[in-house]
Amino acid sequence: MTNSIGELEDAEVILVVGSNTTEQHPIIGERILAAVRKGAKLIVIDPRTIHLSSFAEVFLRPRPGSEVAYLNGLANVIISEGLEDRDFIASRTEGFEELKKAVAEYTPAKVEEISGIPAQDLVAAARLYAGADRASIVYCMGITQHTTGTDNVLALANLAMLTGNVGRPGTGVNPLRGQNNVQGACDMGGLPNVFTGYQRVDSEEAAAKFEAAWGVEGLSRKVGLTITEMTEKAAEGELRALFIMGENPMVSDPDINHVRQALEKLDFLAVADIMDNETLRYAHVALPAASFAEKDGTITNTERRVQRVRKAIEPVGEAKPDWEIVCAVARKMGASGFNFLSPEEVFEEIRKVTPSYAGITYARLGTRGLQWPCPAEDHPGTPILHAESFPIGKGRFTPCEFREPAELPDEEYPLTLTTGRLLFHYHTGTMTRRSPSLVREIDRAFVEVNPADAAELGIRDGDRVKVSSRRGVVEVDAKVTDKVGKGVIFMPFHFAEAAANLLTNSAFDPVSKIPELKVCAARIEK
Amino acid sequence: MVDNGKELSYRLVPSTCVYCGTGCGVLLEVMDGRVTGTLPQKDHPVSWGALCVKGWAVHEFVHSERRLTAPLVRSGGELKETDWDTALAAVAEGLSRVAKEHGPDAVGFFASARCTNEENYLLQKLARAVVGTNNVDHCARL
Repeated sequence: MTNSIGELEDAEVILVVGSNTTEQHPIIGERILAAVRKGAKLIVIDPRTIHLSSFAEVFLRPRPGSEVAYLNGLANVIISEGLEDRDFIASRTEGFEELKKAVAEYTPAKVEEISGIPAQDLVAAARLYAGADRASIVYCMGITQHTTGTDNVLALANLAMLTGNVGRPGTGVNPLRGQNNVQGACDMGGLPNVFTGYQRVDSEEAAAKFEAAWGVEGLSRKVGLTITEMTEKAAEGELRALFIMGENPMVSDPDINHVRQALEKLDFLAVADIMDNETLRYAHVALPAASFAEKDGTITNTERRVQRVRKAIEPVGEAKPDWEIVCAVARKMGASGFNFLSPEEVFEEIRKVTPSYAGITYARLGTRGLQWPCPAEDHPGTPILHAESFPIGKGRFTPCEFREPAELPDEEYPLTLTTGRLLFHYHTGTMTRRSPSLVREIDRAFVEVNPADAAELGIRDGDRVKVSSRRGVVEVDAKVTDKVGKGVIFMPFHFAEAAANLLTNSAFDPVSKIPELKVCAARIEK
Repeated sequence: MVDNGKELSYRLVPSTCVYCGTGCGVLLEVMDGRVTGTLPQKDHPVSWGALCVKGWAVHEFVHSERRLTAPLVRSGGELKETDWDTALAAVAEGLSRVAKEHGPDAVGFFASARCTNEENYLLQKLARAVVGTNNVDHCARL
């Protein structure tokens, strides 16, 4: 997030797009509702009717995959009605003329044709967003899990810059991170192209810095493979060994049949996890990991707040914390530089090589944490990014062209399947489905079908149906509901026994490499 | 607290909820070496004393029967319990062998958005400094 969670309450307008906030980030959802109670106006854009929709001044329900079209459409209305922030554009940005030219053709009428959003609703949303002094954009995987995900995010950034909604309280472009430590795993260099703090592996300067810090020579300058690419290379037999720490790709990744073929082909697979899970079946070695209650450490939330987890109990059974496991493997491989006695010692090394974390210490974190960048021990942390300037100086408008999703409905697969999460469950369910009070709420997969489609197919609420795509088939209960529009079906992906990801498409965005989990072609039969 | 004349230990351990990326402040209730409950942290700058239904239940999976409690190594097609030293040696051997025979880029690492910063830091250090590959990624995209 460019801004902080608490500031949402101070926004005049909040644009929530591709985020079912009250289910996926309930406490942030609470903040949004608190803002509404204080008089903020809410714009919700989502292919499903969600809880927040009923509190929205304007609710738009586009066809999944039409994001760039309607976001460009909002920019089109803002510019054609002269609602842009000219001072901000002049002093803080570049490329406005190119953007203006690019969005000119995305008139409300054309956007209605592409997305199904009524033209007058799009105009109302644009006026509301641009008319506020402080408008905040909140988005999630409904924006990013598309083959146009990067363009979707850039189109959102264009809107914020166009209206000067950057760098002040209650503004910004605010992605909500799905997992407790997605932010931290990225910050720590758990990515194929960067070391900690986004220092690039193909930068000679950064690589030399880490060679000196780690006392090694010859670090690879070649950008590595993403998860989706590693799966591909494993299936092709080029990637032959894999170490998986705390992930369950056999439920979380798109096109699970393909993932299985890839894992089966590996010469060696090691998995460290807290739970027995679906991926373990393909492992040569499985290591029992300690849970968050059994270890010390830090995690970084969606607003860049570094916070502590603390050891409350001894590890269950013979489990060991992952930090100990990784160090032990490294030492067994003959490496030096892994003789840490505590996570705090590891954190001290992280601070030395990561400028944005340099000023953070365990002692300073206490029970409230600190937000990076925090470059020095007397620095208070940074709740709002880009207050004075952008990291690249001026913000650059990036024109984006609408492209269709990788797979469109056709005669054989006439429906559009979109996937997501539920309030009571979490990702692949390895934790929530072992949690009695959550299982009591819901423990069965389902598919939401619009009443018009259900009538055509002779499907009634509660019927057992087969949902299939070009990649697989699952059997689930039908929920007939107008939460989804005609032609669209929705499935949660938590349930391994009827895994939505057997159906999803692994086609991915060329830049972000995020798979298109939010759109694929599917059909339903009784 | 006293139970049947035996002293029971009870304490609250401040921590952070590990479900979504909001990062709400929790207090884990610990009684006699078991996590028995979760309470909200009242002065937390994100959650201010509130928790969602998952947050209130975040302790429930800790003592699940599905927890892995011993290292397992595959032999004769089945995963069988073994000791840590054997399991760690097998991992080191498996990764080293493939890196040696097919080059470091034939090895990959999945870091984790479910693990701590320290653990992710160490895993990418293992991949880059020990094995010699940048094939390290996590489920940020999923």
